[in-house]
Order: sequence, then structure tokens, then C-alpha cells
Amino acid sequence: MSRLSSRARPGHLTRVTLERRLRRLAGLICGLLLCTVLAGCGSSDAGPAGAGSSKATGAAGSPGSASAGADLSGTLTVFAAASLTTTFTDLAKEFETDHPGSKIRLSFAGSSDLVTQISEGAPADVFASADNANMSKLETASLLAAGPTNFASNVLTIAVPPDNPADIGSFKDLGRSGVKVVVCAPQVPCGAAAAKVEQVTGTEVKPVSEESSVTDVLGKVSSGEADAGLVYVTDAKGAGNKVTAIDFPEAATAVNTYPIATVAGSTHKELAAAFIALVTGPAGQRVLLAAGFGKP
Amino acid sequence: MTHSPETSRQVPSGQVPSGQGTSRQVPSGQGTSGAVTVRPAVFSIDAAVADRGMSVSLELSDKETVAVLGPNGAGKSTLLGLIAGLLRPSSGRADLDGRVLFDAGTHWVPAHQRKIALLAQEPLLFPHLTVLDNVAFGPRSAGASRGDARRAARHWLGEVDALGFAHRRPGQLSGGQAQRIAIARALAAEPDLLLLDEPMAALDITVAPMLRKLLKRVLAGRRAIIVTHDVVDALVLADRLVVLDAGRIVEAGPTRLVLERPQSAFAAGLAGLNQITGTVTGHGLVSEDNMSIAGVVDDAAVPGEPGVAVFRPGAVSVFPEPVHGSPRNTFPATITDLEPHGDQIRIRAGALAADVTLSAAADLAPAPGSIVYFVVKAAAVVIYPAKTVRNDEAGPRP
Amino acid sequence: MHGAGKAPAAITIPLWIWVVAAAGGLFILLPLAAMVTRVNWPQFVPLITSGPSLTALGLSLRTSAVSTVLCIVLGVPLALVLARGQFPGQRLLRSLVLLPLVLPPVVGGIALLYTFGRRGLLGSSLSVLGIQIAFSTTAVVLAQTFVALPFLVLSLEGSLRSAGTRYESAAATLGAGPGTVLRRVTLPLVLPGLASGAVLAFARSLGEFGATLTFAGSLEGVTRTLPLEIYLQRETDPDTAVALSLVLVVIAVAIVGLTFRRTAPKLLNSGGTRDA
Repeated sequence: MSRLSSRARPGHLTRVTLERRLRRLAGLICGLLLCTVLAGCGSSDAGPAGAGSSKATGAAGSPGSASAGADLSGTLTVFAAASLTTTFTDLAKEFETDHPGSKIRLSFAGSSDLVTQISEGAPADVFASADNANMSKLETASLLAAGPTNFASNVLTIAVPPDNPADIGSFKDLGRSGVKVVVCAPQVPCGAAAAKVEQVTGTEVKPVSEESSVTDVLGKVSSGEADAGLVYVTDAKGAGNKVTAIDFPEAATAVNTYPIATVAGSTHKELAAAFIALVTGPAGQRVLLAAGFGKP
Repeated sequence: MTHSPETSRQVPSGQVPSGQGTSRQVPSGQGTSGAVTVRPAVFSIDAAVADRGMSVSLELSDKETVAVLGPNGAGKSTLLGLIAGLLRPSSGRADLDGRVLFDAGTHWVPAHQRKIALLAQEPLLFPHLTVLDNVAFGPRSAGASRGDARRAARHWLGEVDALGFAHRRPGQLSGGQAQRIAIARALAAEPDLLLLDEPMAALDITVAPMLRKLLKRVLAGRRAIIVTHDVVDALVLADRLVVLDAGRIVEAGPTRLVLERPQSAFAAGLAGLNQITGTVTGHGLVSEDNMSIAGVVDDAAVPGEPGVAVFRPGAVSVFPEPVHGSPRNTFPATITDLEPHGDQIRIRAGALAADVTLSAAADLAPAPGSIVYFVVKAAAVVIYPAKTVRNDEAGPRP
Repeated sequence: MHGAGKAPAAITIPLWIWVVAAAGGLFILLPLAAMVTRVNWPQFVPLITSGPSLTALGLSLRTSAVSTVLCIVLGVPLALVLARGQFPGQRLLRSLVLLPLVLPPVVGGIALLYTFGRRGLLGSSLSVLGIQIAFSTTAVVLAQTFVALPFLVLSLEGSLRSAGTRYESAAATLGAGPGTVLRRVTLPLVLPGLASGAVLAFARSLGEFGATLTFAGSLEGVTRTLPLEIYLQRETDPDTAVALSLVLVVIAVAIVGLTFRRTAPKLLNSGGTRDA
């Protein structure tokens, strides 16, 4: 359990003991509920309560024991940024074909959500982030087994409805008054990239909405509510003919890099390494490039 | 709230609604200036509610109070709802002082425009208003200013001796007090017809007489219909009595006459009389089960015609053996029930009853199931013609 | 456990019911308590009084207040029609009105988008009139009203039904027309139900997230209400997110407490007590 305190910042020690008590109480309640809702409670409990123990074995016992059997089988849990949904689903299928006996469980969400989940003890083996900032959160919390590897990059593009009602042709057009532009909030990676491009080009964009995710930006554009939105190239490509992408040269000033790493608590480190090798290798790069990602 | 557009259509003043009986006085609506109209001071209803099996015809002259009695489920409350405008008839018509209240299919005056107040079994005082504002509700609704309405409310509160409660909330009143306020509230609306639906049924037995006295005072010279299950109400409050059974008026007439010469078994029960129906003979009556009864035959009773024989239970003597000798009537009877009745014992045998003294009862040692003989002197039996009451005979007193 | 001296006539509840009930109570309370343990107390006040936090809180309170008024304006007639009217399709209408209760808010947001959005059913007509709803505070209010309206209708309709029509009939026979009956009898009688319905609608508006996110967008001071701010802050600043969540919980608790503080109002049984 010593790993737990490393996550809690100094000065929050009392909080940790309180937490422990609450967890014990939670266990008790789950025990009570178990008779009626057996399955639900059991599986959901595995996250927070089982985290400490799995982490402990991962940290202390893995180097010796796990490397002995090099048989690549078992279930690998991969947490990946939402923008990787299509590509990673394809790659997982490929991996399962290459390694019979292995199974890959994929969980897609916003990178920061995934970081929070892993910090709270979610049993992830591999984490693929949409930006370096979120990956470094895990790195500084010593929750990675090894340093991350960059495997892809992504740049912004302007998504407009197919009929392009505001007649957008360049990034500068986004600064025109009366154009309804939707961007990501600066707190999320795509928003940070947008802010950077704005700064470089000296174009002041006054968005009508700052969304929390690229999906929401895309939704506002494809429904025709917004005249334009700043999204990643891959998102625009994934939306098919519902939006038109207008690439702009200034996008190169804010390249978003995708890192991948094995999580410290993983009990399938070899399997994890194999999966990462697939993603960073030629096969993975082929799939990623096809989806519109750039080289790392 | 549920009128269909067709029936809620108001017929313009002075216009003859289609499908209206030709013999009726054409109403002029409310306050048509210039037109000379005869406004008969009479309330009349002749209507049916098909899905409740009700069909009644009733008329009330000005200042007349009619009591409606009848067994449970006879349709008494339905009748009041129909008159008040809370219920729609399937056919028929009602008029109040020359105003058409409804004429099925063509004319419908909603409850709030009828000037008919309904006092229910429960006071239903508006809980969020003070007693004073409750009573002022009617005048306010009629358009009076707040001040005028409150002045009127004080007057009516005075009439029911409840001025002291003016600023209380209904929740702070006892049941009897609340019902008094409800009476004041109904009167303050100055209705052309006041309907009372068992106004004392929900009250404590000790409060009822006081309220009855109050009603006697305020109903004097007022047109009202009071539904009751208590014959005392009919005697004290009403000029006329109507017996309703299964949705139809089975008997109607001046209260005293109905109670003295009841035609229906229900009325006989109300009057506390034994009643036997049959065919009039020269000296009495032959009952439906072929039993001869000797009695004092009314002049109006024609032999061979249907007749009714009544006698008081107190006039009946009970013997363990048959007793012979005229002029007496002897009925063999199987005792069904025994109950105390004043300082006597009432012995019931089916529809008949006999009141005997305690000592007589002790000698007799009656028990349910034992066979006895009811004996009544011919002089104590009154025989009069049976009338088939048609509903349109339930007119006002002569 | 069964309060021996207090209520002798109380029905005794089996012990296991208490146990399960306690588990149920804890199931609700424990997550809230867990959240409280994560609050960064030394920074709590600065966190919740930062510019964006206060802007979001202010926007939430303002839009919820407007939505509540809108819910009352639209919901009272709706409840009256459902409780008192008789017309074909009444049951269907009731089910449809209550639909937002069970609908995922994001579905509500999509539906609103297709109605009031720029290319929606009414949106194109509205934009001809120069009214732009998308990305405006109006959109937030519409989203909140959409999800909160059933709460008010349900609460009020229940009150209307339990109040019955007897008082209304009495008022009508006293000469009060439908308008007077509504104003002076029906509404005062169901006022407690209306109040609790309005409070619930306010609380629901305050917590509205999905429909707003889908339909209105998220811009500080315009459409970013407190739940959206929490959702966004969670990305970079979990401490603020937790602190603001606690604020929302406290407001919700205060509202619920305010509504159900009074026990059943003694309105409906006020014909006077029986004579003793």
C-alpha cells in the first residue's frame, strides 16, 4: 500500500486515512448488496478496492515472475484516447490474430478521463494518450512501467458543413465577425493547439462555444449549428462527408503528439510491450497513416 | 369543464331554442331589457340520466322547502348534482323562475350561472381563506367589491350566530361550527334555490339538533331542496316530502299526509307504521298473499281497487296462541328480531312489527324463530286507496 | 429500533428491512462523503470564488430561475389539463409529457437541436425573424426547461388529483366562474404542490448538463453553466471540479431540504374536525 501515499500529495495524509475507512465501509456495503446484486457490485468494486493489491504485485513481484513465461497469452486492457477508436480497434483485431490466445479489451475516453481512472486504480495495462501533458501526469505520479513512446501525431483542420455557409477558405476567415466558430476549450489538448495557432497567426477567433471534446465540436459543425470548427485532421476524416475539411498551413505550428506506455500496475507487461511494438511498428503506422495521423 | 362544444353553446336571449317543448314559457335569458316576460316563480325539472337509471319530474313553488328521502343509492345526490349543474342529464329540461337551466342537447347553463347553491354533507370551507372570506366568496364571485362582500358576509355570519369566528381559519373550527359557516356561505350567495345534501349526516349527534334549529330559521320563506335520511328533518324543515327509489319518485306529498298514509314501504318505514298492500274489500283489504284484514275503510277507497292498510306497532298485541273473536285481525308471525324501543320491546316478524311492554314480553319469552300471533283491532287499522304516483304528480302543494 | 415509547401504534418493521434500508441510504450517502474527502479545503474558498467559477454559478442560478418561471407558465396549464380535462389521447399526452424524465438528456439535446437549431424545424423560421437560439443563453434555458418541465407537471398534477374537485364544485355553485375558481380555489389549494414542483424544477435545471452540452454549447458567461464548468475543469483542475461539485451538492441539499421540510400540509382535510 505504500504506493498509494505517493499519489497523495504531502499534507493530505489525513485524507488518505479517511479514504481507507470509507473504502472499508464501501466493502462492507458491497458485501451486503452482494446477495441481491451479485455481479454488478463485484465487478465495479474491482477498480478502487482491488487497485492497491494489483499495484503492489506489479511493483514488487513482476520483474522476476512475469518474465519467466514468455507465452504471449492473456487479456490485455488498453486505455486509449477517443480519437484512436477506429485505428486501435483495427490494430487490436490484428494483434489477436497474430497472437492466438490473447485478447484485447479496449476502453476509449478523453485522455484526461483515462488518466483520472488509472490514478484511481483502474486496471489498465497500456495507456495511449492524445497528448504528452496527460501522459506526463502518469509519469510524474510514477504510474508508468517505462517511459512513453510517441507513435503518431495529429494536426488541426477546419471542419465546415458540406455547403460551407460562411464561405471559409483559410484560418484568417475564422476571425471574421459573424462567423460561428466552435473550438475546444483551452483546458483540453485540441483547445490548447487551437490557441497556439491563433497566437502564431495573430488571428483572434471569438468562438460561440468552447467544447470539452473534439466530438462535441464536430457535432456542432455536422449538425449545421456552427459555421466552422477546429478539429483534428483524423476527426474530420472520420466524419466522412458530413463535414468538409479545410487544411491550413499554420496547423503545423501546433502538432499534437500521441504517446503510448505500459502502466506500472500491469500484470501482462510482455503482452503490453508486444502491443506497443505493433502500434509503433510498420503495421501500426500503416493503419494510423491511413486514418490521417502523421508520423510522430 | 367537460362540455362538448355543441351542448355548451348558449342560446342568445329571447331566441327560442330548437327542440323545446311548445307549451313551455320561453325564457328571456338574464336581464333582457325592454322585453316583457312572464317569470313564473317556480322551479321545475323533468329530466333523465340514462346511465344512472334516473328519471325524475319535480316542481317547487317559490318559498317552498321539499325534503327528498329514499334508501341508499336511490339517486338523491344525483338529483342534486343534476339541479346544481354538476352533472349532465341525458334528456329533459329544467327551469328556474323562467330561466332555462338546461334543455338537453340545446341549452346548458353552467353551475356558476344558475344561482343555485349546494350545501354538501361536508362543509368544504376553503382552507386557505378565513371564515369571513369564505362567506364573502359568493358575493365576491357575483362581482361585489371586497368591502361590500365582507359586509354581506358579516350579515350572514350574524344570521348563523358565528360572527365570533370571522377571523378564524376553517381548520380551527369544529364540524358543527364549520357547517354553520358553510350555511352562511351558501346563503350569502343569495341563491334562487338552495340545495342541501344531508347537511347533518357528518355531524355529531349532539350537534345536529342545534343545526336543525338553525336551518329551520334560515330556510323559512326560502326555496330549498333538502336530501335527508332522517324523517325528523322532513317534519321540521320541509313543507313537502318526496320519496325517491331507484332513480324514480315513488311518493310525494305534504309531509304529514305522506307520513300518515304512506304509499311506499319506505315511507311506511319512515313513519314507523306497519303497512300491508292489497285489494280493497267492503270491510277491509285482501292482502297480496290472500289474507283478509278488517279495518276502517276510507271513503275514497273503492272495493276492488288497490289499497293500503296501515297500523301502528303499538296497536299490535302478541299472543303465543291464535286468538279469535271480531273485530280483530290475527296474523301468524315468525319472530325475526327483537330490539328495545323506548320503554317497550319491538318484536319484528318480517315486514311487520309489534311493540309490547317489558312484562308482556317477559310472559311471552319470545325468541327469533318462534311462531307467535300478531293481533290488532280492526279499529286500529286504516285502509285507504293506493295511488300509482306518476312523476308529474309530484307537483307543488295545493 | 422501533421507538417503543414514542409511537405505540406504529407497525413494527422487520429487522432485515432496516439493514437493507441502511445499505440503501449509505449507497447514496457514501459517494457524497467520498467526494467531500477529496476537497482541497485550504484552497476551497479561492477555488469556488475564482472568476470562471462565479460566472458559471451566476449563470446557472439565473438560467435556472428563468427556466423555473417558464416551467410554471407552461406547466400549470399542462397539469390542469391533464388532471381536470377529459379528452381523447389524454393518457398518451401524459406519457409524452413525462418522457424527458426517462430520456437521456443528450437525446433531449439532440431533439432540441433539430427543433430550435439553425437547421431545425422552427430554427429556420426563427432565424428569418432574426432570432438565433443556438449558442445563446436562451438555448440553455430551453434545455433546462425541457428536462425540468415534467417535474413540475408531475408534482402539480398529483396535488390536483389528491385535492379533488369537491372544493371547485362548491365554488361553482357559489357563483364562481371557471377563472375565479382557478384563481381563488384551485391554485391556492395546490400551492404546496406547485411550490415543491417549482423547487424540483429549479433543482433539475441547476443540474442540467447533457442537453445543454449538446444543444447550447459551452462558453464562459453565456452557456457554460456550473455542471459544464465542472466537466471542463475536471480536465485540468480536479480540485476546482471537486470544490464546485460540492457547491452544487450543497445547493441541491438545501433545495431538497427546503421542499420536504414541511410535512404534508394540512390543507386537504379542513372541513373542520368533528365535534368532540
